[in-house]
Amino acid sequence: MQSTAAIEQFAGKGAARAAARRRLKGGGGADARPHWWNYVLLGVVLVISFFPLYYALLLASSDAGSIARNPLPSLLPQGNLLANMREVIASDINFWSAMLNSVFVATVTSLSVVFFATLAGYAFSKLRFRGRRALLVFVIATMAVPVQLGVIPLFIIMAKLGWVGDLKAVIIPGLVTAFGVFWMTQYLEDALPFELIEAARMDGCSLMRTYWHVALPAARGAGAMLFLFTFVGSWTNFFWPFIILRGDSLTLPVALQQLQASYFKDYSLIMSGVVISVIPLLLLFLLAGRQLVQGIMQGAVKG
Amino acid sequence: MRFTPFLFISPFFVLFLLTGLFPMLYTAWVSLHDWDLIRGQGDFVGLANFQFVLGTDSFYKALRNTFSIFLLSSVPQVIAAILIAYVLDANLRAKTFWRMGVLVPFVVAPVAVSLIFAKIFADSSGIVNGVLTAIDLPAVGWHSDALASHVAIATMVNFRWTGYNALIFLAAMQAVPREIYEAAIIDGTGRMKRFWHVTVPMLRPTIVFVVITSTIGGLQIFDEPRMFDTGGQGGASRQWMTLTMYLYELGWGPQVAFGRASAVAWLLFLIILAFGILNFLITRRIANAGGPAKSSR
Repeated sequence: MQSTAAIEQFAGKGAARAAARRRLKGGGGADARPHWWNYVLLGVVLVISFFPLYYALLLASSDAGSIARNPLPSLLPQGNLLANMREVIASDINFWSAMLNSVFVATVTSLSVVFFATLAGYAFSKLRFRGRRALLVFVIATMAVPVQLGVIPLFIIMAKLGWVGDLKAVIIPGLVTAFGVFWMTQYLEDALPFELIEAARMDGCSLMRTYWHVALPAARGAGAMLFLFTFVGSWTNFFWPFIILRGDSLTLPVALQQLQASYFKDYSLIMSGVVISVIPLLLLFLLAGRQLVQGIMQGAVKG
Repeated sequence: MRFTPFLFISPFFVLFLLTGLFPMLYTAWVSLHDWDLIRGQGDFVGLANFQFVLGTDSFYKALRNTFSIFLLSSVPQVIAAILIAYVLDANLRAKTFWRMGVLVPFVVAPVAVSLIFAKIFADSSGIVNGVLTAIDLPAVGWHSDALASHVAIATMVNFRWTGYNALIFLAAMQAVPREIYEAAIIDGTGRMKRFWHVTVPMLRPTIVFVVITSTIGGLQIFDEPRMFDTGGQGGASRQWMTLTMYLYELGWGPQVAFGRASAVAWLLFLIILAFGILNFLITRRIANAGGPAKSSR
């Protein structure tokens, strides 16, 4: 994989593809030439991956009566989707502001994580200072600490600050993550040559300016992946927001929970809420899913 | 200049100190007190909260449910993920399409997944029971039977994470030097044997990695069981209440007993820690036993 990536850098995509093909044909990897059953099995996996989402769409476009008569009201979406979505948005749960809150929280958190994680990753990978190694090990160790351990005092603190029901209480603890620091350190170790930093320093750049003009641009690829991971993580986060958010400032998962509690018999409305909450991330996935796949696969090889 | 590196790494450490380390130690402090949501700090009670929690049936039920759901989700998930990775590890047409396809469930929030599957596994009007009765099998009490509810909840976890882990395994498979396969082919090793004797042993470190991360996540499970029914208590006889749900119920339920909830938090932490150490020891044994697992990791 990685050698093919190197070929791609030097000789372009076509050459990389040819090299990959040659390698696989000659060597016969795990399973060089795909059989028809590779496609059949993957087709089955895809159907399983998509069916629940399609099912949500079917229910969301139906109505309570049809759903009560038959768990699978029809095989094709019916015409009630927009009406149902409108009803959910107009309900007293205020789905629309939950959507805006989710976008806001996820965007701010992801940008901040990328900025601070790159800053720390730059220091850990390229600058020399006392205790560097030990501090990095400490960062990695904190990844194993469960969130649950801190929620009670965190709640007490937020209550003291008067931040219960305030989006700040969700944003601030997520502004920089251990995973992000670790991820950027790993990446910048290879991607940022010492010579580049030295050249910038010779030109009289301060460390901060070197970070801004040299490290940050070099980290663009990994930064984009980190942004996506953090965004998905923030968008889908439930436990802490569920504890701390109230009233008008909910995020989508918490709004969904309230929707379930208030419309627990009308699945067409609950599923309309589900569809509303899923669409933005599916769109993001269409645009950037490729980077997400790459991120997971690169992280796996290095991690 | 001398302090700049520390300045650069300080945001993480300051934030971790305030929202990670301090709350963690404070939890220990709270767990030694009679403390509630409304009145705040009360008397120092020593280990009474731990005694109380360890004396309730609910704690052991939650422990049993958490482990049961964890096993039902991690074991089949790792097996399925390896098989999917194996099928993906070929010179497929439209590679990116297939890889993205298996990852789609990952972007759906657990809460949304649970709402969809709660309907699929509904007792009287769900698809699964509909199919079962259509082919003359008895309907399953997905909400009334403890084990069945664990299977349903584990299915939600598996739905969301199998594809993600398949991509991790795929990356590991592609890192296996192709020469090893060539040698096996020259020796006349069949496809099945190659899978068992070459691919799986080479994946060992990755399997350990996936198992450790899914242990840390799996033992904290909350979203899926919380949303499995409207009540969110884990069923009439708490048949699918997990440890984190118990923590929530103690802290924010009618008892508003932060002290007791903190005791559960620390017990949960110790359990995860014990598992981490156990994992580490087993991994060391496997690595020392030799074989390809000894590689770079």
